[in-house]
Amino acid sequence: MFKILHKDAAAPQVTSLIIEAPYIASHHQAGNFVVLRIHEKGERIPLTIADSDSDKGTITLLFQKIGKTTEELAMLKAGDEIRDIAGPLGHASPIKKYGRCVLVGGGIGSATLFPILKALKREPNKVIVILGARAKELLVWPDKFSEYADETLLTTDDGSSGRKGFVTETLKEVIEESKVDIVIAVGPVRMMQAVSEMTKPYRVKTIVSLNPVMVEGTGMCGACRVTVSNKTRFACIEGPEFDGHEVDFHELVNRLGFYRAEEAEALAKFKSKCKGKCKK
Amino acid sequence: MRARDPQKRSRDFKEVALGLTKAQAVKEAKRCLQCKKPRCVEGCPVEIEIPRFIAAIKDNDFSGGLAVIREYNMLPAICGRVCPQENQCQGGCILGKKSKPIAIGALERFVADYETATEQSESPVCIDGNGHKVAIVGSGPAGLTAAADLARLGYDITIFEALHEPGGVLTYGIPEFRLPKKIIHREIERIKNLGVKILLNWVIGRTQTVDELFQEGFKAIFIGVGAGSPKYMNIPGENLNNVYFASEFLTRVNLMKANQFPAYDTPVKKSKRVAVIGGGNVAMDSARTAMRLGAEKVYIVYRRTEDEMPCRLEEVEHAKEEAIELLLLVNPKEIIGDERGYVKAIRCDKMVLCETDESGRRKPNCSGEEFTIEVDQVIMAIGQTSNPVLVKSVKGLDLWGAGYITTDCDGRTNIPGIFAGGDISTGAATIISAMGAGKRAARAIDAYIKETASLTSQF
Repeated sequence: MFKILHKDAAAPQVTSLIIEAPYIASHHQAGNFVVLRIHEKGERIPLTIADSDSDKGTITLLFQKIGKTTEELAMLKAGDEIRDIAGPLGHASPIKKYGRCVLVGGGIGSATLFPILKALKREPNKVIVILGARAKELLVWPDKFSEYADETLLTTDDGSSGRKGFVTETLKEVIEESKVDIVIAVGPVRMMQAVSEMTKPYRVKTIVSLNPVMVEGTGMCGACRVTVSNKTRFACIEGPEFDGHEVDFHELVNRLGFYRAEEAEALAKFKSKCKGKCKK
Repeated sequence: MRARDPQKRSRDFKEVALGLTKAQAVKEAKRCLQCKKPRCVEGCPVEIEIPRFIAAIKDNDFSGGLAVIREYNMLPAICGRVCPQENQCQGGCILGKKSKPIAIGALERFVADYETATEQSESPVCIDGNGHKVAIVGSGPAGLTAAADLARLGYDITIFEALHEPGGVLTYGIPEFRLPKKIIHREIERIKNLGVKILLNWVIGRTQTVDELFQEGFKAIFIGVGAGSPKYMNIPGENLNNVYFASEFLTRVNLMKANQFPAYDTPVKKSKRVAVIGGGNVAMDSARTAMRLGAEKVYIVYRRTEDEMPCRLEEVEHAKEEAIELLLLVNPKEIIGDERGYVKAIRCDKMVLCETDESGRRKPNCSGEEFTIEVDQVIMAIGQTSNPVLVKSVKGLDLWGAGYITTDCDGRTNIPGIFAGGDISTGAATIISAMGAGKRAARAIDAYIKETASLTSQF
């Protein structure tokens, strides 16, 4: 059992949970994720570790309500417990001294970038952060990012915060302004694809963190397989970060949609059962 | 052994094999010749004194019979159900030469189930501890066996399990209709009653490293993490929607209970026409699971003939009874998808058997003829290989082949204090051979700790 110590909002539509998990906290490196299961009948879902504190023995998980499990997770309060959390899983991000780095975050995906930002700054690197979202309510931790980043640029699709438009437009300007040594992009698949396509002609190394369907998360089931450089790779143990210029995004989008009907069914059943107010 | 009606059982997840009645068990036990040099024992990877346990059954002493088995094997209800007895104990039985061998597996299962049916749960066993801590990585058959044997010798045992349930392949791999989960739970409870601790969600190599375990005072570490990583054929279309690796398909159903979706949150696709590729137990389990999820037609596609199938005899018999069709001498070369990226057919080569290969089986070669089968789901069950998560995290560990741990016969690796056994050292094999490896490693660990303890006490 893993105890929730603190709950708040990282953005109006994004929940942040600080959870007691000392062994995961002390082994966490930027880029890692956990797989959690809320209760006996729950599914196992992967969530990025957005932050950790090895002294306090805590990890921070950020998520947006997008399905039954995240709806249910958002109903938990400080003091409640999560039945299973395994991690830290996945490879750590390739942190070293690059020079001028750009981190591009889309919506909830930005959470993954926060530990990467902190680690890159320690090397040190110059780091420009571009955070994008549909609207202001989904922009994750803009203040926390600007605390560490050399520059933080915000974009929203509707113009409710920062610049109106897509992250790719801002990224393009940053690249054209002066040489960029690496781009790390995390967000919706379409956004990571757009970023990778945008940077390719500029030959800027681009890392993306993939979010395929996972079951167990330790390399045993192969649910999370993706095609990178025409080879099948398991995102859970060989990723989740891959070279964005080599990822078969079309296949990833297709595979991510495989359980859409079941996801909708589970969510509808959950919402009708609790009418928005049940505890568990 | 009696089994449930194929038509009924192939649509639910209740156990297929019914086991022996008391009268049948005693009658079967009376057939045993009580050989002076029992060949059944030679065939048993954990060396159970089979004639002795059968003699007890003959005398109606069922708990006595079970006690004999438990001296060697802490998982009798499981082994009685899943061991390939025809190649092991029963394969050696002298009666098998002229008629049927003794149904040793059925008798083993009988005594274990008889206890379950008649006895209350057992209380913790008191063992004088020797104060030495041993870590077991993985709670599958190898780890559980090593844990039980070492606990009985007085060691302080902690098992580290990556998943949220213990049991390894017994839990995520073998379906309920072949090995009910409550049987696994019971056998594991019994091992916990020996004082063994099991930490779940604990991924050694990630949550903690092997080095950290040594720093925490563990004197030896046994690695029994299995060969859990699925193999794939590298043919076009393997990543289409509704192509599953058997390990994912079975994990969803067995571990996550996806057959009960949406009462349980994990879904699995229920499909109409299913092709399972492979001829081992995992292929049979996948095919029979697909049938139970409501498929209209399930094929097993295997590139050799039934004689070469590596599965247990009983599994293929049961599959055939359940109207699963074997497509033999057939090898898939492409999975064809529709415009939405979903499976719609597989294109296959017709094979012919040619010269004998290194496995001692005749090698299938393409006949030049090909054909297409329309299916909406494909399950790949062509084997498992080593999972690199733990293995790669241990610096300097000697490996062979696709990343298996090199050990001697007793599970010693090249690093003092680190032992390994089961599929992670041999490559994918059987539950009972993993248990045998756990047993031999337990002896080697005991010897190693005694030796190092006496060395340190000299100084």
